[in-house]
Amino acid sequence: MFKPVMDTQQELPARLARDLDGAFEALVGDHERLVFGLALRVVGNPADAEEVAQDTFERAYNALAGYPAERVAAMRLRPWLAQIALNLARNRLRRRPPPTRPLEDGDGGLPMLAAPAASEPAEVAERGQERDFWAELLACLPRGYREAVVLRHVEGLPYAEVAEILDRPVGTVKTHVHRGVRLLRVELEARKERMQP
Amino acid sequence: MNRPDHDDDRWEVARELALGLQGLRAEPPANLRPAVLERVGLADAFLTVRGPAGPLLIAYNGRGISATAPAADQAAFLERFQARFRRPLRPADRAPQRLVAQVERFLEPGRRGTPPRFDLRGVSAFERAVLAKAQEIPRGEVRPYAWVAGELGQQAAVRAVGAALGRNPIPVLIPCHRVVGSDGRLTGYAWGVPYKRTLLAAEGADPAGLELLGRRGTRFLGSDTTRVYCYPTCHNARRITDPHQVRFRGAGEAGRAGYRPCLDCRPPSAGG
Repeated sequence: MFKPVMDTQQELPARLARDLDGAFEALVGDHERLVFGLALRVVGNPADAEEVAQDTFERAYNALAGYPAERVAAMRLRPWLAQIALNLARNRLRRRPPPTRPLEDGDGGLPMLAAPAASEPAEVAERGQERDFWAELLACLPRGYREAVVLRHVEGLPYAEVAEILDRPVGTVKTHVHRGVRLLRVELEARKERMQP
Repeated sequence: MNRPDHDDDRWEVARELALGLQGLRAEPPANLRPAVLERVGLADAFLTVRGPAGPLLIAYNGRGISATAPAADQAAFLERFQARFRRPLRPADRAPQRLVAQVERFLEPGRRGTPPRFDLRGVSAFERAVLAKAQEIPRGEVRPYAWVAGELGQQAAVRAVGAALGRNPIPVLIPCHRVVGSDGRLTGYAWGVPYKRTLLAAEGADPAGLELLGRRGTRFLGSDTTRVYCYPTCHNARRITDPHQVRFRGAGEAGRAGYRPCLDCRPPSAGG
């Protein structure tokens, strides 16, 4: 019988509780984009982000293997995995901070963007360059604001879940998102003005 | 004062910002999922290392090394691995240098590297006990199947010991080749008896000399100065000089002659 896609997502905790090894690949498949994306926006480079993502799923597997079945069946996997990823990414950042400096009110400009490699096809280079632009803009936000903005506006999670992941009241999280977005907008406007002829 | 065009600009900037941030949703690298499955032991990767009897395929995951095979046999290895473990197996995309170095150091003649970690899921408790015994046999030495059974306190389980060694998923690294017939014959090896012979020769065990000794009926060598008897490949037996060497056809004979079993290689005692 045909089943809607959402059903399988709601079933996943139950499947993990029944057969962790059989269902674990589905857990990775369902969440690898969020886990990697979150790690990438915190640690700032794909190689470290991939390691953080691998560590996240390994921890999740070991944790699930140790939990009683009823606990696994009742789990909310997405916020749980996002929390693990965020913690591991923060730890890695603490050991090796990135070379960018935080953006503050009245701060002058953004770091220069690297020119794309000459061998890249123009379209790919342009897309990559644009992503670099937004990534660097985002990377300049103070960490608290950045995490909230990433979860809400990059990953598109509802405020309630962002609050759960960041372990803060929804109101605080909303404030952080708004302040973060305002900082970004100010910076974006400033950049646009500088680019005017 | 209200400036509509300024508001339009601001709305435009906000929209651009929203789109820009959405554009940052990143695709995970294609390697992430298989790498995760390998780390938690739900999939394996394989690589080739130098082995004592030629290149060796080694399958591994985050729990340890899970299987080995002669490199000449790759297609059959993949098939056997699937049939036995029912997990995906792919070539390692970048060889983990630590693992390669550890395995090669472990296999290097004359050195005693620590054994790598093994993934022995799916191996029964009895089979594990047998494999652990095989790992106790020093390089360059051999013991009979009956010795393994006796050490496990199951003297009657000689055939079961043979079957367990035959199911060793990690030959060479877990040295099931060091277990031979009581008469010194190299009976049975999953990769063929010639491979077993090459391995033992590479380790300095002199399989031909051992077989000759066995054919002549010798099971143990004793020293008439220490009055101790050993398996012929025991390091203590090798120290006995020819004039002092005594050959025994069995433990009973040695016992009647007033010899006691060696504490290192632990041959059966005369009574048992």
